[in-house]
Amino acid sequence: MTDTFFNWTRRGVLAAGVAMSLALGAVAPAEAQTPPGVLIVGQIAEPKALDPAAVTAVNDFRILMNLYDGLVRYKSGTLEVEPALATGWEISEDGTEYTFTLREGVTFHDGTEFNAEAVKFNFDRMLDEEHPYHDTGPFPLAFFFSAVEEVSVVDPLTVTFKLNAPYAPFLSNLAYPTGLIVSPAAVEQYGADFGRNPSGTGPFTFAEWRSNEAVVVEANADYWDGAPGTQAVVFRPITDANTRTAEMLAGGIDVMVEVPPVALSEFQGDDFTVLEQAGPHVWFLILNAKEGPFAEKAVRQAANYAINKSALVEEVLEGTADVAAGPTPPAFAWAYNESLEPYPYDPEKAKELLAEAGAEGAELTFYVTEGGSGMLDPVAMGTAIQADLEAVGFDVTIETYEWNTFLGEVNPGLEGKADMAEMAWMTNDPDTLPYLALRTDAWPDKGGFNSGYYSNPEVDTLLEEARVATDQEKRAELYKEMQTIVQEDAPWVFVANWKQNAVMNDRVENFALEPSFFLLLKDVVKN
Amino acid sequence: MGGYILKRLVSAIPVLFGITVIVFLIMAMIPGDPALAILGSYATPENVEKLNRDLGLDQPLVARYFIWLGNMLTGDFGRSFSLNRPVIDEVLDRFSATLILAGTSFVLCAIFGIAAGVVSAARQYGFADKAITFAVLLGISIPSFFLGMMMILLFAVRWKMLPVSGMYAIYGGGDLPDLLNHLIMPAIALAVVATGVVARLSRSAMLEVLRQDFVRTARAKGVREGRVIWGHALRAAMVSIIPVLGVQAGFVLSGAVYIEMVFQWPGVGRMLVDAILKRDILLVQGGVVFVAACYVMFNIAVDVAQSLLDPRIKT
Repeated sequence: MTDTFFNWTRRGVLAAGVAMSLALGAVAPAEAQTPPGVLIVGQIAEPKALDPAAVTAVNDFRILMNLYDGLVRYKSGTLEVEPALATGWEISEDGTEYTFTLREGVTFHDGTEFNAEAVKFNFDRMLDEEHPYHDTGPFPLAFFFSAVEEVSVVDPLTVTFKLNAPYAPFLSNLAYPTGLIVSPAAVEQYGADFGRNPSGTGPFTFAEWRSNEAVVVEANADYWDGAPGTQAVVFRPITDANTRTAEMLAGGIDVMVEVPPVALSEFQGDDFTVLEQAGPHVWFLILNAKEGPFAEKAVRQAANYAINKSALVEEVLEGTADVAAGPTPPAFAWAYNESLEPYPYDPEKAKELLAEAGAEGAELTFYVTEGGSGMLDPVAMGTAIQADLEAVGFDVTIETYEWNTFLGEVNPGLEGKADMAEMAWMTNDPDTLPYLALRTDAWPDKGGFNSGYYSNPEVDTLLEEARVATDQEKRAELYKEMQTIVQEDAPWVFVANWKQNAVMNDRVENFALEPSFFLLLKDVVKN
Repeated sequence: MGGYILKRLVSAIPVLFGITVIVFLIMAMIPGDPALAILGSYATPENVEKLNRDLGLDQPLVARYFIWLGNMLTGDFGRSFSLNRPVIDEVLDRFSATLILAGTSFVLCAIFGIAAGVVSAARQYGFADKAITFAVLLGISIPSFFLGMMMILLFAVRWKMLPVSGMYAIYGGGDLPDLLNHLIMPAIALAVVATGVVARLSRSAMLEVLRQDFVRTARAKGVREGRVIWGHALRAAMVSIIPVLGVQAGFVLSGAVYIEMVFQWPGVGRMLVDAILKRDILLVQGGVVFVAACYVMFNIAVDVAQSLLDPRIKT
């Protein structure tokens, strides 16, 4: 009796084993190498839409910058604007009228012509609530162009933007993805589904979007700025960082962005190249300058001395960031004050300042986020900062929130709730962050992001002046002066400037990162 | 039987209605709103207000609930903010991917779990029983996401036998062998724990049955042992195994969330996690209601199957 039973199972096991190995054998060869001429990029998430006016995430911008052009763009390797779809422009004396001359003979991927009417259509769609295609939104970043009063067509190749007041960041906002030009005919054809059927003038044309698998774009051989170096680019969303790393190691993707610091050591061999590029990013701590210990300037400076920023960027962030000196990231080379030195790590000095201010043992509530755009490794950083502050005599309590909840707590202001909070910004113009987060008129109750209630009339004046000055050198001077004052006043603890990183394998050539953090793939070659 | 099924279906209605209320309230109560998630750092009160108006979120809670419910009853689940496409298209796409994964895992755990349980029970305290019990304990103790990552490291990164992630090859492929190739690792990783549980309970259910008189009678009549075990005893034991399978089906469905993250399987679990982080209200609500409805239906099907096997259960 047991024999029959045993025989049966042994046969069964054998049969199952054979079937399994056959199945494995039959399917295993299906895993082929990725083809030459097709670049596969590992993205961090599924894009929301491929409509530049409708999206806000850097992840989506990485695709968009390859499908579309703006009137202007950032010169390679800098954050300074140069001509793109516009060949040149003139600014009126009072800085309120910009007249662009457009490039001749450019067509959208759908075959329609690019001209002044198309430019007008793009901005009216975003800004004019009465426009017939305004309902293809919402357009969350339309306020980048809220200064635009009217766009008028002078002739087919000339277009004028009338602003309601001089606004110096206007040109760099046009270089931002929100300013990319889409095909009016395609918007008219697809309406709200334009985001899944995009048509622009860029170096690549849209081929297909397989939900949650891939966005495929193909070379536009007729591109006005020369044909691209690959036949096609495939953007794959791989949200899990470990899985993204495994795909890179296994050869399933050729380029990977946002490599987690802990994974960098995996890519040290000859098969991979790690790239780094500092960008317009700053990671800081907002200090509550309205009440509590940080109302005192000396205590705010003490916090800047007490925190070991080099240890944070080297140990916690594994070298993926540089120590920040002031409120403006060095990536804005033209507006950055080179003479600023970061607050040195000097716990003794911090203790002295605290003793002078009589703030020893001050209790602090510290808001830490669990994640969020540009926040790097916020929990680990928050813990290290807490330890540094306690070492000089503060008593720090951390409160941790999920990102959206965190923003909901921090953006309305820290008053009555906390003494400090983590924050990070990535911007496209040196105006944006200080204007929105350091002016007196930017306190939360006035609709800004100055959640720590910093106020210095001198800084306010400098920022207002810089915003309306159309001369870049003049603007640069004003920003440099602002940085010196803000560093001294220490409304924030200036911590880090993130270096974006990427890994490519040995089949990829001509790939470089941009300070704008955009991914420009036109000249990349895949062997 | 028809009456019984109808009765169960009717009793599901208040359950589903309750789910709509709960998921709606949870999404309304959690801090942070979609406008904040979309605007991120640029969320000034003014921008948030304008965007909320554009998204139709400026209306009172009760009105929003009934608009949503009404639309849903007519088959309109709304449009996802974060993916800019109709919720129902996304949910159906994603749910079919989850069904392929969870379904395969379920079949694996049912076949191997029951087989292992039966073999162990038939050879109680024998070598096979000890080996299986050990393997089962090991399987139950390994978290599925960890097992998944280890499998990726070995089979995909080290030996390059299988693809790391995704459901189909990005270039070429798209056919059944391609799908199976991508399915092997996630399906096994997801099935392991459930297989262990099914094996344990099948073993004890079988042991119970094997002690009964009809088994002894069958053996005494000279029925072959294989037939006694796999025919007579297993059928009787299935009455207690099937509810376990029902519970395990729910387990693989919810466990799929982790596996979908690790293997980037484009399923509904990963969709819900992303949607919650982005405060994509309509997608979360639609997705949860859809999944809950499927789960309720599945439970009814299990109960019906059980009552077919054992006519005493029919109340």
